[in-house]
Amino acid sequence: MKFLLGKGGALLCLVLAILFPLVASNEYHIYLMSLAFIWVIATAGLNLITGYTGQLNLAHAGFVAIGAYTLGLLTVDYGFNFWLAFLLSGLVSGLIGLLVGIVSLRLKEHYFAIFTLCVGFIIWQLLEKWEGLTHGVHGVIGIPGPGAIGPLSFESGLAQYYLVLALMVLALWLMHRVVTSLLGRTFIAIRNSEELAEALGINLMRNKILAFVLSTVMAGFAGGLYAGSVRFLDPNLSSVTHTFDMITYALVGGLGTLFGPVIGTLIVTWVSQYLQFLQDYRMIVFGPLLVLLVIFFPRGIMGHMQQRLAQRAAQQAEAARRGSANAAQEAETNA
Amino acid sequence: MLKIENMTKRFGGLTAVNNVSAEFEQGKISAIIGPNGAGKTTFFNLVAGTHKPTSGRILFKGTDITNLSADQIARLGVARTFQTTHLFEQASVFDNLIVGHRLRTRSGFWDVVFNSRRLREEERACREKAEEVLEFVGLSHIAHRMIADISQEERKRVAFALAMATEPSIVLLDEPAGGVNPEETVGLAELIKKMVKHGLTVCLIEHKMDMIMNLADTIMVLDHGEKIAEGTPAEIRSNPKVIEAYLGSEHAAA
Amino acid sequence: MNLFFQQILNGLTLGSVYGLVALGLTLVYGILHVPNFSHGALYMVGAYASLTLMTSLGLNYWVAMLGAGVVVAILSVLSERLVFHPLRDAPPIHDKIAAIGILLFLEAGIQALYGADFVRLPSPFTGVVEFAGLTMSSQRLLIVVGAFVLMVALHLFLKKTTTGSTIIAMAQNREGAFLMGIDANKVSMMTFAIAGALAAVAATLYAPINLVYPAMGHLVIMKAFVIIVLGGMGSIPGAIIGGMIIGFAESFGAFYISTNYQDILSFALLVVILSIRPEGLFTKGVR
Repeated sequence: MKFLLGKGGALLCLVLAILFPLVASNEYHIYLMSLAFIWVIATAGLNLITGYTGQLNLAHAGFVAIGAYTLGLLTVDYGFNFWLAFLLSGLVSGLIGLLVGIVSLRLKEHYFAIFTLCVGFIIWQLLEKWEGLTHGVHGVIGIPGPGAIGPLSFESGLAQYYLVLALMVLALWLMHRVVTSLLGRTFIAIRNSEELAEALGINLMRNKILAFVLSTVMAGFAGGLYAGSVRFLDPNLSSVTHTFDMITYALVGGLGTLFGPVIGTLIVTWVSQYLQFLQDYRMIVFGPLLVLLVIFFPRGIMGHMQQRLAQRAAQQAEAARRGSANAAQEAETNA
Repeated sequence: MLKIENMTKRFGGLTAVNNVSAEFEQGKISAIIGPNGAGKTTFFNLVAGTHKPTSGRILFKGTDITNLSADQIARLGVARTFQTTHLFEQASVFDNLIVGHRLRTRSGFWDVVFNSRRLREEERACREKAEEVLEFVGLSHIAHRMIADISQEERKRVAFALAMATEPSIVLLDEPAGGVNPEETVGLAELIKKMVKHGLTVCLIEHKMDMIMNLADTIMVLDHGEKIAEGTPAEIRSNPKVIEAYLGSEHAAA
Repeated sequence: MNLFFQQILNGLTLGSVYGLVALGLTLVYGILHVPNFSHGALYMVGAYASLTLMTSLGLNYWVAMLGAGVVVAILSVLSERLVFHPLRDAPPIHDKIAAIGILLFLEAGIQALYGADFVRLPSPFTGVVEFAGLTMSSQRLLIVVGAFVLMVALHLFLKKTTTGSTIIAMAQNREGAFLMGIDANKVSMMTFAIAGALAAVAATLYAPINLVYPAMGHLVIMKAFVIIVLGGMGSIPGAIIGGMIIGFAESFGAFYISTNYQDILSFALLVVILSIRPEGLFTKGVR
């Protein structure tokens, strides 16, 4: 069990992901899986600020859209090279995230959620109304796919699948480094109790801003990938519905766990896919689902499993300690 | 070590702390007592930086810390615990303590990305510190138990350990024996004495008179935000104003 | 001159509607200590309830409004009992997510039942009133008067009745209220019911000069949030004054600056104010 939840499980998932195109029924499914991976990256970003640091960012989809539009507009309107635009999609999103973060993270928890809700709305309105820059409701069409890097070409859907997979693995690896380090512990301490974290000498603003910027950078890159995969954009990408979707993915998989976003995104997107006929009624199911999850299953799949594992480890440590204590006592009585 | 000069705190129309001055000497155990609502926890909050005083000054080791933020004050060496321990329930005792030493480390994002030597050393230092403080409070045997599964007295000890992991000069303990039975209270008092013997200065808020009388070197009494008495336990015990404050509040509650 | 007066009336109208919604939100915040993101959906359901009662059951405007108030009050209490009460000890983020879940459910439900089209809510007050050389739409006048009456009634209820004072007591100091033996459950349910009713009435008042559609709660709720952040969460005067500020800012802003970016105005205002004063405009101290 421990092996599965740790490195072993990760390796297994990677192998499965690499082999997926071989068992996929058609090109469309491979495309859907790539899109799911892109949303995994975005959700992992949300997980960092909301799951690990405890700040509910309702503008997250807005930052995905910023990244997507950065890439879309730079390539279509200004002829930028795809990879340069891709780099900028993450950086621009991160920069705007920094500005928003500096203003908003000073606010108490609840104000922050409301503030970000408004920021998300502002982003959506700007994307829709600032036609000169963003093409307004017409959206951006004809976005090029990822260009070739040296001998590697990404023309085919298959190549794009592996590209997205590689980037997702990179993003998750980065997340892993962060959350298992002292920095990750700092974020978690902030989520646990801001008051206690401050008493422990942790600078709240600096750390919250760092988590926020990291999350928006990830959102931005996810957005850039999205633009390069779907090839067209419209302002609805920034709508709060997408943020709610990502919250659902993270919650199902486990807020504040490393693989939560992966499991959650994959399960929910594929189940939604098979329930396509329920498309219009999706939220009628999702709404109560969110409520039930949050009441009965707030730690999500990974969170739940991790808790069981931790309890088992604690029991074993306890038994071991008692075992050695007993052994010592016996040795004494026998002596 | 810690000097408070004419400190006042007003919240809108309410004066929580009124012109209080005090001095806490190094290596001594000082206690703050007073009826409920006297402003004791607010006093701690002001010293530790959670709130800013409306007027007055706070000097720590000669430095003016009046307007510093709570995390800056913690880094200067003022540690504190809370009435309700805010520990991370879903993690082990040991896990909770590791971040206690964070303030003495400097690793940032890029250290994490490149797994720098500084990060590795600092993480090791944090773990060692966690082991050290856990040993000090006598809880090494439950290092791997979940916080949710330990007793109230053990929680208090973990909170002490966490405060000590920050390598402070002075520790502010807010009701360290809250919710703990008399036998355990004696144990905690011993632990506090041990902390002082180790070089720390301690200031505590408590309601348990026996503990205070046996433990404290000096006692300061607050009532309705004002200092009404200060002195040794013997002096306080026989101070008519103190008796009045407590009896008076008992009458009011009755 | 008439135009200027129209803007004032418009500002009062908007301020009244936003104020009523913000009032409900701020009352609930006092109990929940979390912003209730589903409040906008309650507002929207109120409008649809009135619509159904008027068109399907042929009831008159006032009866329908009353009926809608009752329906949404019940819905609101249900959400409190079934969702927020179980979550009272959970970290605040769970309450927020649950509120979002309720919001999604209600919107999708209404959309499934009624479709996403914009609908008109008929009202008997389609005419204009002439007074001292000024013309004003009757509906707008009704909104302002109605809101005023409701706010006064609420004020009297809160200050003069025992239930009302228990609501205030709980909003200001939850622990203290418990110690005094206040039945928290009753107070919570009552507060949620009142908030729901206020939202339904606000929606029914405003709908005739606006449109009814499933997403109609979005903008209103966000503006209500801006209002209570500016006015101070849990502060009743703050909700009313804040409502007027936003109402007037929007009315004059739309007219004198730009209608295109009208909606962004309140949020831009929020951004500016919170950047300068993170605690909001009217906070009395530590919360």
